[in-house]
Amino acid sequence: MPKVTIDGKEYEVPAGITVFQACELAGIEIPHFCYHPRLNIAGNCRMCLVEVEKSPKPVASCAMPVMDGMVIRTDTPMVHKARRGVLEFLLINHPLDCPICDQGGECDLQDLTLFYGPDHSRYRENKRAVADKYLGPLISTHMTRCIHCTRCIRFLTEVAGVPELGGVHRGEHMEITNYIERALTSELQGNIIDLCPVGALNSKPYEYRARSWELRKTESVDVMDAVGANIRVDSRGNEVMRILPRLHEEVNEEWISDRSRFACDGLKYRRLDVPMVRRQGRLEEADWREAFRAIRDRLAGLSGDRIAFVVGDLACCESMLLVRELAARLECPHLDCRQLGEKLSGRVRAEYLFNTTIAGIERADLCLLVGTNPRWEAPLVNARIRKAWRLAGLEVARIGCPFDLTYPVEHLGDSPTVLEAVAEGRHPFARRLEAAERPMLVLGAGAVARPDGAAILHLAHRIAERYGLVREDWNGFNLLHLAAARVGGLELGLVPGEGGRDLAGILEGAARGEIEALFLLGADEIDLDRLADAFVVYLGTHGDRAAPRADVILPGAAYTEKNATWVNTEGRPQRGRLAVFPPGEAREDWKILRALSEALDRTVPLDTVAQVRARMAEVAPTLSMVDAVEPAEWGPFGEPGPVSDAPFVSPVRDFYLTNPITRASPTMRRCSREILHGEAPPEEEVALSHG
Amino acid sequence: MLRDRDRIFTNLYGEQPWNLAAARRRGDWDGTRDLILKGREWLVQQIKDSGLRGRGGAGFPTGLKWSFMPKKSDGGPVYLVVNADESEPGTCKDREILRHEPHKLLEGIVLAGAAMGCTHCYIYVRGEFVREAQVLEAAVREAYEAGLIGRDACGSGYDIEVVVHRGAGAYICGEETGLLESLEGKKGQPRLKPPFPAQVGLYGRPTTVNNVETIAVVPAILRRGADWFASLGRPNNTGTKIFCISGHVNRPCTVEEEMGIPLRELIEKHAGGVRDGWDNLLAVIPGGSSVPLIPKSVCDTVRMDFDALREVGSGLGTAGVIVMDRSTDIVRAIARLSRFYMHESCGQCTPCREGTGWLWRMMERLARGEAEIEEIDQLWDVTKQIEGHTICALGDAAAWPVQGLIRHFRDELERRIRARKSRRAA
Repeated sequence: MPKVTIDGKEYEVPAGITVFQACELAGIEIPHFCYHPRLNIAGNCRMCLVEVEKSPKPVASCAMPVMDGMVIRTDTPMVHKARRGVLEFLLINHPLDCPICDQGGECDLQDLTLFYGPDHSRYRENKRAVADKYLGPLISTHMTRCIHCTRCIRFLTEVAGVPELGGVHRGEHMEITNYIERALTSELQGNIIDLCPVGALNSKPYEYRARSWELRKTESVDVMDAVGANIRVDSRGNEVMRILPRLHEEVNEEWISDRSRFACDGLKYRRLDVPMVRRQGRLEEADWREAFRAIRDRLAGLSGDRIAFVVGDLACCESMLLVRELAARLECPHLDCRQLGEKLSGRVRAEYLFNTTIAGIERADLCLLVGTNPRWEAPLVNARIRKAWRLAGLEVARIGCPFDLTYPVEHLGDSPTVLEAVAEGRHPFARRLEAAERPMLVLGAGAVARPDGAAILHLAHRIAERYGLVREDWNGFNLLHLAAARVGGLELGLVPGEGGRDLAGILEGAARGEIEALFLLGADEIDLDRLADAFVVYLGTHGDRAAPRADVILPGAAYTEKNATWVNTEGRPQRGRLAVFPPGEAREDWKILRALSEALDRTVPLDTVAQVRARMAEVAPTLSMVDAVEPAEWGPFGEPGPVSDAPFVSPVRDFYLTNPITRASPTMRRCSREILHGEAPPEEEVALSHG
Repeated sequence: MLRDRDRIFTNLYGEQPWNLAAARRRGDWDGTRDLILKGREWLVQQIKDSGLRGRGGAGFPTGLKWSFMPKKSDGGPVYLVVNADESEPGTCKDREILRHEPHKLLEGIVLAGAAMGCTHCYIYVRGEFVREAQVLEAAVREAYEAGLIGRDACGSGYDIEVVVHRGAGAYICGEETGLLESLEGKKGQPRLKPPFPAQVGLYGRPTTVNNVETIAVVPAILRRGADWFASLGRPNNTGTKIFCISGHVNRPCTVEEEMGIPLRELIEKHAGGVRDGWDNLLAVIPGGSSVPLIPKSVCDTVRMDFDALREVGSGLGTAGVIVMDRSTDIVRAIARLSRFYMHESCGQCTPCREGTGWLWRMMERLARGEAEIEEIDQLWDVTKQIEGHTICALGDAAAWPVQGLIRHFRDELERRIRARKSRRAA
């Protein structure tokens, strides 16, 4: 390991790192704008200049590799002069509009100017003005503020794999642009707002609505997909103002998808904020007691066999535990958390988990995607696969769902028959699997939700066994879920008990009148037309698809409004925290179910979150191991059977509209129209972007 | 003064045809095969012994640069890139080689390529050089047809492919790594170093970038011997050099001369002297627009080579000698150069992007005297904030002419400011 001297002290640092990183290890902060540890080095801001002995000029520390015996000085007059000089250059053409700039208060340029910058301006010439650019419904631009660090260009090119930004013109006329007035198409584009060190790229929905120092910051977990990205919910009063990513190396690194970031305005619209009861065919406002009484009256004398529970995509573990307890007390075997209809038994944990783990993708050398479009189903998993391809040479092949995943993918075919050929060793890809050191297979949730899903699951199991996907130190079998609730539901055993009906059976029973009362815990994606005359109780947050069909509506809490647990697709339990209170009469879901159980004389004796979580740990011990991934035991799963040659189809038809919150979000609706369906951007916004 | 028998570029003025037959009569392509067969070490050592320094401006020892290239092939391509993007104001030496002596360049490419084990050579020609590129392309065709380049070049068993690539006329694409980016089809922006092109160059492969003149003198050195070349000029500043003399002289010209020739002799012997006599001289920019000017008092005695000019605070650069007599508005002249650098800055790194425009605007005001005396120090300060803080040398090149002006003509700057103030007071 090379020895370097930094500011007079000697350090031993790992070989191959940069001077910047060595200084960081030594606890010395080097100011910077363009450098970002997850992006390629650009070295263009020149803010990180330091003095290196024997070098006549100051060197850009972010780009200079350490060498043995290097003597680095970060606190000399030369360094201070260089920093002050660079800051002065950045400021001469930077507008003095901090008071109206969204970045104000969390701006790198502001902060560094305070520490290193000049205290007055010597620039007497006119400042430069740059025309703003139209980048779509999510990002607003103020290009005069741009300091040309090129982080946004590098992020979209390298991490997102959608090179839609670039630099044009030369010298002081250089501009960052997307060349054409059209929305960016990356599903990760919101991250460039965070990356922008100044206020050139702002969040369009959030712009001019709050100042950063007014916001209360709550660390929480995202539920828009099954990745469980770590987020920070910024709220003011009782309103969620914005959502930002939080660092978690194992899950989302420091990125989040646009759905996670921008769907939060959906929390304000179409909310169910008061209990409702259907009277003479019309839903009318009621109080909690009336709502519970209506349910109690309808359930009176009904045997458990005629009641069913279906759990939706956003439910937390606490409410699902209450569903389990209540169903047990009602002696009701018909409960299902698999809203998509996945043919997962839930008996073997390895069956329904992303066993490789998201960070583990980077260790794989061959990846087979089966019936999944990870770019839309789990953008951060897709970004991780792209990273592994880019930095470690991961090779990717797929069966089904032809879609631009932003990296090269070998398309083997469209239907499960190809999977069968691979499983039986009849396909040339089998040789590649045999030769691979750490192969992985990703099975989409949509693939196991097909009628032949159990057989497909079985084929995947056979591949895993036949080609050594599962070994002592490696598990290459992965199920990629779409819903934040799913793994938690499976861990809690929310699948039909003995003699119980699954989702298809419940719908069948309702259509035939055998199921008379149906509880929907935020389940909006089921076929509501088949519910016939069943009495429907909807516990959820939005007046979305199911609520208008309900007979009783119980207003619940959205993910930002409760302290709750979700388990991501890896099987990693994570805690979300209450950032704002549920609106109006709405309450935390587990409390509603607890109160309902009492109203039905089937009291679930759990009175505090602590008691609920203690019970959760009894039912599923892994749920108490917050933020840990407990490796799953391998075992048999799936059922042998014939597979059809119908092509795989991803269940995500529209990336921006996947759940009740996104459907209520004006931002997500506009994204869907403009980015996916080619609607022209609003003329006034394009015109406005030109000042 | 250079004796005719030591002249390398015998057809610099195009008195004879450029073509292969004529080039052969001048001695080009003579015994090239034998030179190649002497092997890599011998070729590199000869160039080292000759003391040849790069003719593109920086003056880096060529033999040393060649020795940075990997000694063993890994089977992949290795590139020689010839920088024919001659754009330095006041410089027109490579153009003459391209259009009148293209075979000297091509022979040099084969020998340099053999010395470094290059498999391909790209010649990056400045976009505005339309006729020159046509001549060069025709010469490349001739050389291919004669078996001098391509597979089994000159029958030596060595293979090298030569491709002429035309730029689009950006000054920054003459910077070696900016050139490589441009060659790869990207925006011409210099790269960070390290890694140097000899390790990671064109398409990520080992690459050496050399100036046209540097490569074109290689055959003569190898044929006539390193000692002959080293005997010309002074130690560490050996050989001959093509000088381009422009501005207020009676006969502007491009001429090959011995390194270290006194500036006054160069101007008076070859360019017919300064307009209205030597005493009418104000200042000279001795090495293309990027180097600081030197006032007449320095011009009287200075020799034209790398070290001598460095000692007087300037540089040989590309040896584009810009002569200015007493009729020159020296502040306007340097302001015009500042505008050039503002226009040609690539915009990648902060000091150059923001600083070059600031320099130009201040220079424009100073030319009119619309400034405060303190702003002269401020201008100096800004040049110092640019110099040495940028990715490539364009920042230095923008700073140096202004520094030269302040160093030698501060009185003139102050006079203008005072004159304007008194005019306004009146």
